[in-house]
Amino acid sequence: MADRIEIGFKKGIRDALGGKIRRRIVEHLGIQVDGVKTIEVYTIADGLSAEELRQAASAPLSDPIIQEFAVNTPLAVSFDWLIEVGFRPGVTDNVGKTAREAIALLLKRRTADMPPVYTSRQYLIEGKIGRNEAETIATSLLANELIEHYKIIDGKIWDRRKGIAPYVPRVAGTDRPHTEEIDLDVDDGTLIGISNERVLALTLAEMKIIRDYLKKRDVLTARKKEGLGGKATDAELECLAQTWSEHCKHKIFSSLINYDDGEGNTRQIDSLFDSYVRRTTTEIRARLGKDDWCLSVFSDNAGIIKFNDEHNLVFKVETHNSPSALDPYGGALTGIVGVNRDPFGTGRGAKLIFNTDIFCFAPPTYAKPLPPRILHPRRIYEGVREGVEHGGNKSGIPTVNGCIVFDERYLGKPLVYCGTGGIMPARINGEPTHTKAILPGDLIVMTGGRIGKDGIHGATFSSEELHEGSPVTAVQIGDPITQKKMTDFLLMARDRGLYRGLTDNGAGGLSSSVGETARLAGGCEIDLKKAPLKYPGLNPWEILISESQERMTLAVDPAKADAFLALAEKMDVEATVLGRYTDSGMFHIRYGKETVVYLSMEFLHGGLPQMQLPARWTPPRYAEPDFPEPENLGQALRDMLSRFNICSKESVVRQYDHEVQGGSVIKPLSGVANDGPSDAAVIRPLLDSFAGVVVANGICPRYGDIDAYHMAACAIDEAVRNAVAVGCPLDRIAGLDNFCWCDPVQSEKNPDGPHKLAQLVRANMALYDVATAYGVPCISGKDSMKNDYQIGGTRISIPPTLLFSVLGRMDDVRKAVTMDAKKAGDLVYVLGMTYPELGASEWYALHGAVGNAVPKVNVNAAWTLYGALHRAIQAGCVASCHDCSDGGLGVALAETAFSGGLGMAIDLKQIPGTGIDRDDTLLFSESQSRFVATVAPEHREQFEKIMDGCVAAQVGTVHAEELLMISGLRGTRILNEDIHTLKAAWQKPLNF
Amino acid sequence: MPKRVKAIVITGNGTNCEMEMAHACRLAGAEEVDIVHISVLLYGEKSLDDYHFLNLPGGFLDGDDLGSAKAGANRILHAAVVGTGEKLYDQFARFIKDGKLILGVCNGFQLLVKLGMLPGLDGKHNDQTTTLTFNDSGRFEDRWVYLRVNGDSPCVFTKGMKGIYLPVRHGEGKFIMKDEETRKRLRAAGGIVLQYSGPDYREPTLDYPANPNGSVDAIAGICNATGRIFGLMPHPEAYLHYTNHPRWTREKLPEEGMGLAIFRNAVDFIRNGNF
Repeated sequence: MADRIEIGFKKGIRDALGGKIRRRIVEHLGIQVDGVKTIEVYTIADGLSAEELRQAASAPLSDPIIQEFAVNTPLAVSFDWLIEVGFRPGVTDNVGKTAREAIALLLKRRTADMPPVYTSRQYLIEGKIGRNEAETIATSLLANELIEHYKIIDGKIWDRRKGIAPYVPRVAGTDRPHTEEIDLDVDDGTLIGISNERVLALTLAEMKIIRDYLKKRDVLTARKKEGLGGKATDAELECLAQTWSEHCKHKIFSSLINYDDGEGNTRQIDSLFDSYVRRTTTEIRARLGKDDWCLSVFSDNAGIIKFNDEHNLVFKVETHNSPSALDPYGGALTGIVGVNRDPFGTGRGAKLIFNTDIFCFAPPTYAKPLPPRILHPRRIYEGVREGVEHGGNKSGIPTVNGCIVFDERYLGKPLVYCGTGGIMPARINGEPTHTKAILPGDLIVMTGGRIGKDGIHGATFSSEELHEGSPVTAVQIGDPITQKKMTDFLLMARDRGLYRGLTDNGAGGLSSSVGETARLAGGCEIDLKKAPLKYPGLNPWEILISESQERMTLAVDPAKADAFLALAEKMDVEATVLGRYTDSGMFHIRYGKETVVYLSMEFLHGGLPQMQLPARWTPPRYAEPDFPEPENLGQALRDMLSRFNICSKESVVRQYDHEVQGGSVIKPLSGVANDGPSDAAVIRPLLDSFAGVVVANGICPRYGDIDAYHMAACAIDEAVRNAVAVGCPLDRIAGLDNFCWCDPVQSEKNPDGPHKLAQLVRANMALYDVATAYGVPCISGKDSMKNDYQIGGTRISIPPTLLFSVLGRMDDVRKAVTMDAKKAGDLVYVLGMTYPELGASEWYALHGAVGNAVPKVNVNAAWTLYGALHRAIQAGCVASCHDCSDGGLGVALAETAFSGGLGMAIDLKQIPGTGIDRDDTLLFSESQSRFVATVAPEHREQFEKIMDGCVAAQVGTVHAEELLMISGLRGTRILNEDIHTLKAAWQKPLNF
Repeated sequence: MPKRVKAIVITGNGTNCEMEMAHACRLAGAEEVDIVHISVLLYGEKSLDDYHFLNLPGGFLDGDDLGSAKAGANRILHAAVVGTGEKLYDQFARFIKDGKLILGVCNGFQLLVKLGMLPGLDGKHNDQTTTLTFNDSGRFEDRWVYLRVNGDSPCVFTKGMKGIYLPVRHGEGKFIMKDEETRKRLRAAGGIVLQYSGPDYREPTLDYPANPNGSVDAIAGICNATGRIFGLMPHPEAYLHYTNHPRWTREKLPEEGMGLAIFRNAVDFIRNGNF
């Protein structure tokens, strides 16, 4: 019999969570309730005495000052409805785990001897609502049925004496783990059926390749020696499916593409990755010659560049879209702690110094009916925000900047980009840290968390669209503290030279981490039976591919194994030797004595033939919108400032710790009231130095509606421009490309695959063109190609989206500038040319139109301007500088003014423009490579001298009077707005 | 001869501000500053006895899963130090008895409060009489706040200060006292060191966001009767240089950040041989 401990607030103590839930019920669900109280419930499997339960409840489970507790009797007295929400079996319960450890310590027991503890939460609702509404509150707000179960109790019929029976979500696993053999010598229909049933996401052609491999005589002979035959084991199929998944293998990026440019020209592209992404980096590095500052690109978990002679920087951005669609909190939490392990597991290991997060959601105000299995965008927004909050804050990594993009087409799958940077000493114990060597004979050690059924099929699941049968096991919850303990330990082990190499366990679990690292040695042999499990009953294949979080795989020199394991034990981190690296050429996995996988490394990694895909570009044409110039441009500007893609994201930003580690220089919020939108982040990773790291992002999916080439070009320009705006030098900016696409492979349900692939081709062309022109090498990247939703006849595809992130280095952070106007009397400059480029702009979107004149990047003009601007910033003659992007000059001017708490008088006639005859076009065109800068009068001469030869014009002045005053092309005052009114319009939409 | 100042910064199990805390101690002039993982203390390889100045930095001990620093306090109270027969708590108690200095920031403050080391009324250091709980807003927030310093407090750390501007970064910073009696006695003892205020540092405020969490009496930091144990929610180690200030690009600021003074006071106090 299990026991229940309930903890609630004493009378008169504010229940902040209850209050927040009540607001959400009223505001999000539109259900009127009077009050919500919360009670925390700990269910302890069994084995504690009544006195022990009381001790545990009084401390550490409750706080004597504000809380009361009850053991095996309910705390709740009266309510209209009670909803209790707990985890389903096997779902990570961090609080339960901590409670178990704390009670064990209190009772002087070993944690292993302590019964499991499970947590749930009661919501006591007061309000005149019926069961249907209580049900809605449970399913639409409180519980995610994929991972949680709930119970609803009607206050009118509740019998307090009976209370609530304890519920123990124990995992019921198989009693006898076993390995199944599957005959692949079957007809095509059966073969593809095997792939579908097991969520392998392998195509018929791929299944046939496996079948044929197993038929080879030498393969068969070798397999027989290991007790296997001509059938594939389930573990082998699962392992191949992970390794060959789009997620891990990037089949589309390495495919052979036949590209038709729509003008009668066709060409073959042998691997987009090699032809554009890698080529960009190779050419730039060749150009840099002996000054090349790239150290490791595309070969490790993250890219590595030189920071200075003593330190290297590491950076990686990943997405966690599919899991976040199903469980926004867990999906985003695992997204952030998962990407943390990438730079952490690069080279010899890096200390993590920043996170940057970019989310793409459908608007939170979405009011149409939701297709099946889709959560409301507001719930996704809140869940993702909170998941990243917990993952980032609890890991002690500052979230230095980011952005949120809104578009209805992200309804089917939100995009959750999480990026993390790290720093590592260039050498440790005399050896370089940016490479890893793994030798045959090295032990394979897994450390960190244990393995459960969570995250099974994550890699294959994200390699297909979200559908009816998408597996719930793919969803998991991260545990940042277990990970923090592990990273604390591993950094110490690194500095003592206790391991040779490391990699993280992410997509594909051990099959991927061991499979990848085994390439460095030439093979491996591991015993899955040795792997520590969260609960018994996992089959070998599940252990092999489980994506349970917070695990790293290490290569440890046998001579150092004892020291490594002893340090792990001391620091309370689990570490287990699973096997060793070999030079056998085989990926050899056992379960005890029984071999369950025996595949050649060559087949595992090289057995997949290149895909061949058609791409056909048909430029879309849209109607040119025809609307008169608005009479009231003040209103227009306020409307623009209130657009979701433009408005303040302060409520999200404040919930992320952006200053931990003590090196914050340019925070995400700037200005007189600490609430203006900074363009890029600057941090000092080494507190005894003024050298800084600059982090910025560019993303503009709307332009892809016209041409993905310009979408990509503008994203790269935006990222670089943001960095330049805060003072980042141009000579050491590294880029990361992160492509999120809708399925570009043609099929019955996806007839326009060739168009989407053509968009991908064009985005890659732009990447090459702009990045090589700017000398910004890509050092790492990622692609996620199946961001579609299909259930029944409903297909929702995301707009093709490239996130370009940059990492820069500043010699002296004291030269950095922020975007807020500084002083009355300063001169306002617009830098860069404005063209009539309103295609896919926010201004057109406000009018329900797309148009055709998409912004284009002029790399030569831009680069000259950026160089001059940087010199001006270095010379100290720029008071403020703000990037001009969504919403154009109108928005940038308003933001500069209200962030500085100052007014401005602007003359549009002075703005350098070409072919523009309307004030609204001039204000809202989204031409690239432009800035609004302010300059103190005493620096005017010097500034103009430095900017000589660039497009730059003084367009007005900063005023103490708190008004934005703009006179138009015809010389009349067209806008006269109180900056506080503008700011209020900008702050309101997402201030919840 | 002036004393060599030895500071310890405890880390592990979710602590995450140890680096900047140690940096602050060094800038303040401490000769020896060790970041020590709690396991090193529990294995008896180092002892608090070897130090003068104990720093408990911010972070999320055990994820704050049972309420902020609850599981962390439980560990200090109940975990034994290998080979000594004593609890880690015993080392803390001895440290306090010796009159040495303890500074707890954010999660470290929460830890001191939940252990009952603060406010330590009647010289009792294991009796919890106050707490830090969820912000009224129900959310974690990172924002800079103005703090009025109580000049009448015996607090060693804030000597000579009138006001200080620092960031808070917490979800559980609302200070609550057990009862009216505790409140009176805390006030009488000068235990209220820092209160959230307006930019002029004059009047304590209960208004959000100047008071970011709804703390009773706007309390942001308290000390014990000797002024040698000090805990505060805002982060002094996050403002050591002017470039940490959110408006350094628009205000003329001294080179040194305001947070450093707290560490300097501690180091000077020790150096002057006050124990």
